[in-house]
Amino acid sequence: MSRRLHLEIFRYNPLDPDSVPRMQSFYVNEYDSMTLFIALNLIREEQDPGVQFDFCCRAGICGSCGMVINGRPGLACHTQTRDLPDHIVLHPLPVFKLIGDLSVDTGTWFRNVGKRIEAWVHTDDTAFNPADEESRMENALAEQIFELDRCVECGCCIAACGTARMREDFMGAATINRVARFYIDPRDKRSDDDYYDVIGNDEGVFGCMGLLGCEDVCPKKIPLQDQLGIMRRMLALNSVKGILPKGILDRLRHKGCCHEKH
Amino acid sequence: MQIFHTDLLCIGAGLAGERVAVEAAMAGFGVTCLSIVPPRRSHSSAAQGGMQAALGNAVMGKGDSPDVHFADTVKGSDWGCDQEVARIFADTAPIVMREMAHWGVPWNRVVAGTHTYYKGGKPFEAEEAADKHGLIHARAFGGTAKWRTCYTADGTGRAVLNTLDTKCLQYGVSIHDRTQAEALIHDGTRCMGAIVRCLKTGQLMAYLARATLIATGGYGRIYRATTNAVICDGGGQIIALDTGLVPMGNMEAVQFHPTGTVPTDILVTEGCRGDGGTLLDVNGYRFMPDYEPDKAELASRDVVSRRMIEHMRKGFGVPSPYGEHLWLDIRHLGERHITTKLREVYDICTNFLGVDPIHQLIPVRPTHHYSMGGVRVDKSGAAYGLSGLFSAGESACWDMHGFNRLGGNSLAETVVAGSYIGKQVVQFLQGTEVDFSSAAIRNAHSKVAERIARIESNGRSGENCFTLRNAMQDVMMEHVGIFRNEADLTAGVEKLQTLLERSANIGLQAPSRGFTPEMSMALRLPGMLKLALCTAYGALMRTESRGAHTREDYPERNDRDWLNRTLAYWAEGETLPTLKYEDASPYFEIPPGDRGYGGGKIIPADLPPEKLTVPGRPAPHTATPEKQ
Ligand SMILES: Cc1cc2nc3c(=O)[nH]c(=O)nc-3n(C[C@H](O)[C@H](O)[C@H](O)COP(=O)(O)OP(=O)(O)OC[C@H]3O[C@@H](n4cnc5c(N)ncnc54)[C@H](O)[C@@H]3O)c2cc1C
Ligand code: SF4
Ligand code: SF4
Ligand code: FES
Repeated sequence: MSRRLHLEIFRYNPLDPDSVPRMQSFYVNEYDSMTLFIALNLIREEQDPGVQFDFCCRAGICGSCGMVINGRPGLACHTQTRDLPDHIVLHPLPVFKLIGDLSVDTGTWFRNVGKRIEAWVHTDDTAFNPADEESRMENALAEQIFELDRCVECGCCIAACGTARMREDFMGAATINRVARFYIDPRDKRSDDDYYDVIGNDEGVFGCMGLLGCEDVCPKKIPLQDQLGIMRRMLALNSVKGILPKGILDRLRHKGCCHEKH
Repeated sequence: MQIFHTDLLCIGAGLAGERVAVEAAMAGFGVTCLSIVPPRRSHSSAAQGGMQAALGNAVMGKGDSPDVHFADTVKGSDWGCDQEVARIFADTAPIVMREMAHWGVPWNRVVAGTHTYYKGGKPFEAEEAADKHGLIHARAFGGTAKWRTCYTADGTGRAVLNTLDTKCLQYGVSIHDRTQAEALIHDGTRCMGAIVRCLKTGQLMAYLARATLIATGGYGRIYRATTNAVICDGGGQIIALDTGLVPMGNMEAVQFHPTGTVPTDILVTEGCRGDGGTLLDVNGYRFMPDYEPDKAELASRDVVSRRMIEHMRKGFGVPSPYGEHLWLDIRHLGERHITTKLREVYDICTNFLGVDPIHQLIPVRPTHHYSMGGVRVDKSGAAYGLSGLFSAGESACWDMHGFNRLGGNSLAETVVAGSYIGKQVVQFLQGTEVDFSSAAIRNAHSKVAERIARIESNGRSGENCFTLRNAMQDVMMEHVGIFRNEADLTAGVEKLQTLLERSANIGLQAPSRGFTPEMSMALRLPGMLKLALCTAYGALMRTESRGAHTREDYPERNDRDWLNRTLAYWAEGETLPTLKYEDASPYFEIPPGDRGYGGGKIIPADLPPEKLTVPGRPAPHTATPEKQ
């Protein structure tokens, strides 16, 4: 297996008035178990030290290296070149602000939506008593919360989302997943009404077209569709709160609970 | 030049930086965190195993206490640690873990009833107590007497970092990501902030602060093969060392892990060997029993790493485009075991190596993993040499790890130190005012600006920074690795000195307009070489073997002459650090003794009685070594 790979890389430096967006070709000899991380670093070290791209953990854990690989958003560090044809086309993730070449500003984007949804556990910090034992939690619930907390904010789901590309203010699947994470956490004291205010609109759950692009590309296999469905049901129930009797609502709400398999 | 003002400047937004930031923000101070990457991408997110705190909830942790944790930590350090700090650490850890639970970390919890657990690859049953149901659980880790490591599945670092990051959002901590500190602003006695380079535009900015914290993590990238993230390049240590006033502590203390994968140096867990995996050489021969007839692959981490290198040096390594390696064989464990008990290993192999460990061998080699050394701070986290400067986490030598840190103790250190040192920083801020000297700001700025201008003007005729970096990393692997001896270290130091001289003439291969990654490397490299020299030269001078520091020519742990900590200072214009030494610990709550593993001879110290007395505590802590 000694292919010569043709990597076609998007080049553009927004800070350089002379720079025009273009595709640039590079060629590298493929090694055994080569990843895009290795290929891109070889290009930087041996051919063009100016190419911009982001890697950090290079182990699929930190979420830095999201990019569009042959048309599909994914993490470059755990993409094997052997799984790709010998012509590899790389673009930066859309939706996020371009920093240069393959590098985009996901940090600012995620912090902004984090502020909008107040992405922290709303609890009383002064109530913490260092002498007390911790408040108890069911292990199964802790595992469910972690299942949603595994998101690495790589931005792949946002980049793959039709709505996010059309509406700048759409919060995207990762954000709705994050709301769900706080919603199922008993330490968070926000009410359904509070949550409704946060995502019960077109920028949130109701903007989603349910086409599943997000879940398909999530490198962490986070069950995004389930979370979208659950939040939608919670919100729908909330809006008929005054109409349905409480007993029925509670039963329905329980069914919509994220802890259960659907 | 853009100037920002803040009360506390946290350089670094990993677990340590964010934990200190939250403490100061909760006390009402303005806090700004700098980070090369968005905070959640910090290397802390990569830690999977867990963090130690003596909660004693799990059945296998029964009877645990901060005293036991303290003793494990001191032994782990091979008596190289500061015992006063190790005590603070062990006592504070349980409180901080509970606090993290209050803030939202989904720790795994105790489930009452009978469970099947594994030890040494063999299953056994144990009953979790009903009255502990729902409290924080713990798992086993190396070198600990009890199961003490709190965890969230296989993503502890991720879960804790996410929670701390939400706290920063809640308390209005300003995060300036894609920024890199390049120099400290100081007037010779006091630190006033930092000159920072924007990694989007390449521009320099000044951050003025009443207190400055360095929490930039490790600097594993001075080695070629490291489990550390690509941003772990020692930026924080470098700016402290460059002042000429702040020393680095114990830079020769470097931890290696036997099974980093090749080529990407991602860690596969010790559990592979624990469950019966074996190491093979180029001929498919299992060599470990020849070296270690009793324990074979299950000797301690440093021992296995040493033997692997020895075997490769004899010519039994497997050649590959990424350098020589050996094989880890877990095929005999079978598909079921590998896809359940070692699922993470399975995922890493298939995703990153394109290797199916059920049918194929895993390429591995000993890999740099953790830096015990760093910015030397006292027990309150204050750096030596400059007031207003603090450091916490892996970047610091707070020194609870001494010459070897235990698994699960560094993640715990980040939040324990973050909480404890955070409180000291708050106290400092409450009692301090600063006049920011414009001369100091100008000085620091022009130093960095001149370096940038010089690199730009050298252009293509200057040295290539990637070539120099690769050379440095190879010297560190070859000369300052797991096995050390006078001849290798001397040669290594000389080579590094030459590289340092050459690094004064770095130029750029590609033009720089705005930000370029090449300029980042060019700026960083001379400092990295200095850190490498502190490591190599410190190792050359330390003529004993302690913890992870192994001298073939001095195999004993020599408490008589070396029960101390190395301090490395860097005077401007020099090509070697100036080394000084200080006592390892102000007193010994546990007198130096045998670790109970690792073996080796000890040359005992003759310690005066006051060194064996814990201030404020009577006997039995005043035993002398003779009486024991
Ligand atoms: C693969 C792996 C697994 C591990 N597993 C465990 C484990 O299970 N248990 C355990 O206890 N320990 C573990 N460790 C060790 C532990 O993860 C680290 O020691 C710890 O996370 C370090 O945290 P920190 O906050 O000090 O630094 P980091 O998390 O590394 O954060 C450093 C921060 O500083 C910033 N920074 C760096 N330089 C600059 C600069 N010049 N200017 C501005 N910002 C800068 C970075 O952007 C980052 O935000 C593991 C380590 C590795 C490599
Ligand atoms: S949900 Fe998945 S795809 Fe989206 S940001 Fe998180 S990890 Fe990435
Ligand atoms: S399902 Fe919704 S969030 Fe996911 S990609 Fe489609 S529109 Fe976007
Ligand atoms: S570099 Fe961290 S996920 Fe790819």
